[in-house]
Amino acid sequence: MTQPFPFSAIVGQEEMKQAMILTAIDPSIGGVLVFGDRGTGKSTAVRALAALLPPIRAVKGCPVNSEKPGLVPEWAGLGSKRTAEKPTPVVDLPLGATEDRVTGALDIEKALAHGEKAFEPGLLARANRGYLYIDEVNLLEDHIVDLLLDVAQSGENVVEREGLSIRHPARFVLVGSGNPEEGELRPQLLDRFGLSVEVASPKDIDTRIEVIKRRDAYENDNAAFMLRWQAEDAAIRDRILKARKALKRLKTPEQTLRDVAELCLALGSDGLRGELTLLKAARAHAAFRDDTALTRGHVRAVAPMSLRHRLRRDPLDEAGSGTRVTRVVEDVLG
Amino acid sequence: MSSDSPWDQAILALRLLAIDPALGGITLRARAGPVRDGFLGSLAVLDCNLVKLHPAMTDDVLHGGLDLSATLAAGRVVQKQGLLQGPRPILLTMAERTPPGFAARLAAHLDAGGGPLIALDEGAAPDETLPPALQERLAFEVDLTGISRASAIAPKGKTPRPYPVLHTPAQLAQIVTTAAQCGIDSLRAPAFALAAAKAHAVLHGRTALSDADITAACTLTLAHRATQIPEAEPPAPVPETEPDAGEKTQNTDFDIPNEILLDAIRAMLPDDLLDRVAALRARTGKGNGTGAARKGNRRGRPLPSRAGRKGDDARIDLVATLRAAAPWQTIRRHDTGREGLHIRASDIRAKRFEERSDRLLIFAVDASGSAALARLAEAKGAVELLLAQAYARRDHVALISFRGTEAEVLLPPTRSLVQTKRRLASLPGGGGTPLAAGLQSALEQALQAQRRGLTPTICILTDGRANIARDGSANRVLAADDAQHMARTIRANGVDALVIDTGNRPAEALKSLSQTLKAPYLPLPRADANRLSAAVSDALGD
Repeated sequence: MTQPFPFSAIVGQEEMKQAMILTAIDPSIGGVLVFGDRGTGKSTAVRALAALLPPIRAVKGCPVNSEKPGLVPEWAGLGSKRTAEKPTPVVDLPLGATEDRVTGALDIEKALAHGEKAFEPGLLARANRGYLYIDEVNLLEDHIVDLLLDVAQSGENVVEREGLSIRHPARFVLVGSGNPEEGELRPQLLDRFGLSVEVASPKDIDTRIEVIKRRDAYENDNAAFMLRWQAEDAAIRDRILKARKALKRLKTPEQTLRDVAELCLALGSDGLRGELTLLKAARAHAAFRDDTALTRGHVRAVAPMSLRHRLRRDPLDEAGSGTRVTRVVEDVLG
Repeated sequence: MSSDSPWDQAILALRLLAIDPALGGITLRARAGPVRDGFLGSLAVLDCNLVKLHPAMTDDVLHGGLDLSATLAAGRVVQKQGLLQGPRPILLTMAERTPPGFAARLAAHLDAGGGPLIALDEGAAPDETLPPALQERLAFEVDLTGISRASAIAPKGKTPRPYPVLHTPAQLAQIVTTAAQCGIDSLRAPAFALAAAKAHAVLHGRTALSDADITAACTLTLAHRATQIPEAEPPAPVPETEPDAGEKTQNTDFDIPNEILLDAIRAMLPDDLLDRVAALRARTGKGNGTGAARKGNRRGRPLPSRAGRKGDDARIDLVATLRAAAPWQTIRRHDTGREGLHIRASDIRAKRFEERSDRLLIFAVDASGSAALARLAEAKGAVELLLAQAYARRDHVALISFRGTEAEVLLPPTRSLVQTKRRLASLPGGGGTPLAAGLQSALEQALQAQRRGLTPTICILTDGRANIARDGSANRVLAADDAQHMARTIRANGVDALVIDTGNRPAEALKSLSQTLKAPYLPLPRADANRLSAAVSDALGD
């Protein structure tokens, strides 16, 4: 398969692109959930995300992408201590994945050929320090969802089966996409996503023409198209790296903390995760825009995507939770 | 060039697909018969290596996995190839029975460059068709149901090799505008139309798109996706296309008069367009319409088995258990030095079944002063009788009462008859009628139940004099408004309901409420509990 459609060549869908960039700047925000109609470029955007992520340093050959040789798990049986740059892992979790494939299991090849017990790491190991992408996340089997929730909570994958007793770090950012018409997401899983965006098809003809034009160019004139847009992708990647550095210097004024808390209180979002995410997202947003101080403007810009999936559902509100957040933001922040 | 008969359309779609497999595939709506067989015979124009799938296939068949017998025989791991490998044409039979999960897997395969996919859809009703996620990714849909006898000749001629075809910005604009005029939101549709037009040009040996290409492609790819009958005037002002470098003039007029193109599409619109749109709307309200699936381990349709403990009351899947134990035999023999079969607790696989979801009856009982005066006792009796029936049918029951200023969930969904009766008997009466609050509470229960895989039905027993609004204020007008609004929301969420008027005289307000709910309305003046429960059973269609 050819390279994925470049991120910067996606027309419109600014909120979705912004959310992806924010989570690339600060992975601790906790991932993105993209919900929307068919044919709006959800999957395209997620697959394009990989090209935006700066490379990481990891021990060569380590199955869980450890940063330092001391962190390599024993079962890996790794001799080398050299580290090397590798692209940030973006691991696809297919809907049909079995529990064994997700958590890892006994290496059957070694078991049969040599009669020895060895652990074969699964998708969670590969996704450590990277991203785990689930397309059609609302159709995922319940027992896999439970498993993911557990691991996402603890940051550690524990495998206890057939004499194997293995634990390894599994810290990853969840990225999911889905179509709400096909099923709802359990609130527990919903809460694990830092940001949530809703996408819709563009309504004006010009934008739509531009989309088709670029898609056509991507398919029929791939080389020239990639050359043109990969440069733009690289520019965004540089800005992300710069923003990561700027993030450390960015100050959070007391007033912003107060704003964030008031906002979450007014919305009645459950738990404190909303506040934390909102703050982190606002900081990443400020860093990306090269601003030196956090202001209300930053909070306002990221409030809908950080909070819309944390509200209790009000059956009477047909406008959707995004509108509710915007309304409350206007009330609280003026 | 485009011929109007569905058969010619089908063959044309097939030839375009052979030129450009990226078009995704064809949905073929037809019953089994000579016509369909004729079409299947024509599939030879695609690469011959056809893979046949049906919706009940499991993941290891699709994606491959360990080939157990070969592995044991060879003493080393032998992987079985999955059927979904690389770009091979796929034939999906009984496509209308595809569950969403299976569709998602196929869709992911198509996205990754697999396919093309020929989906054989034998659905009878308009809403009995393959899942939208998959349908969306197939460029063409052809309906061969009307045809009695096909001039079933295999398409002649070799498939020309694809080459780049040029298009003008105006042609592109026209395709996009046309799609918008047909009310198609998704952007895959115009992308398919453009690709199909180019394939059509290749088929006729042209190097630039012609009018005929666009007309043929639009009728093939857009007509079945239309959600409205296309109107000539575009919804937005005539699009301005950016003049590309080297483009001579900006052309805001389309090459073909737009009217002609739209006429061509209109001719191809499915006859049941309105039904389909309605079915689609209904579907968005009611989930996917297949009924909520519930996983248990005692009965129903078998599902792939899962690891389970022996102590569970689950049934053991012997074959899967042996399969799980097989690769370990070498090690275990080695460890214990004992010959024979070694099976340990962790190998045990439990059978799982999927059955149709249970029903949940949510009783929202008006316990206000007016109702208490009238016939709270009778209502209680009726509910008790209904409970007994629900118990016999293994339905779940939830009980909500509303009085004063708010609604209270007396009993969350349960099967315990005794508990329900006890709560019901001790139900006090008196106070205002917060009908909207009661409805809201019922809806919340219903939505929760839906998420857990139950099929909820709300049964409202009231005398209909709503006098407390949702905010708790005693305002008759506002209260009635709130109740209506709540009813609309219940309807929009696709929850079934039933309104029982327990007042002495039938209340007009309740009648209109039940109309909003699209629910049966049962006025029961001077009715006893027996008649009430009989009426409810009737209305629920037992």
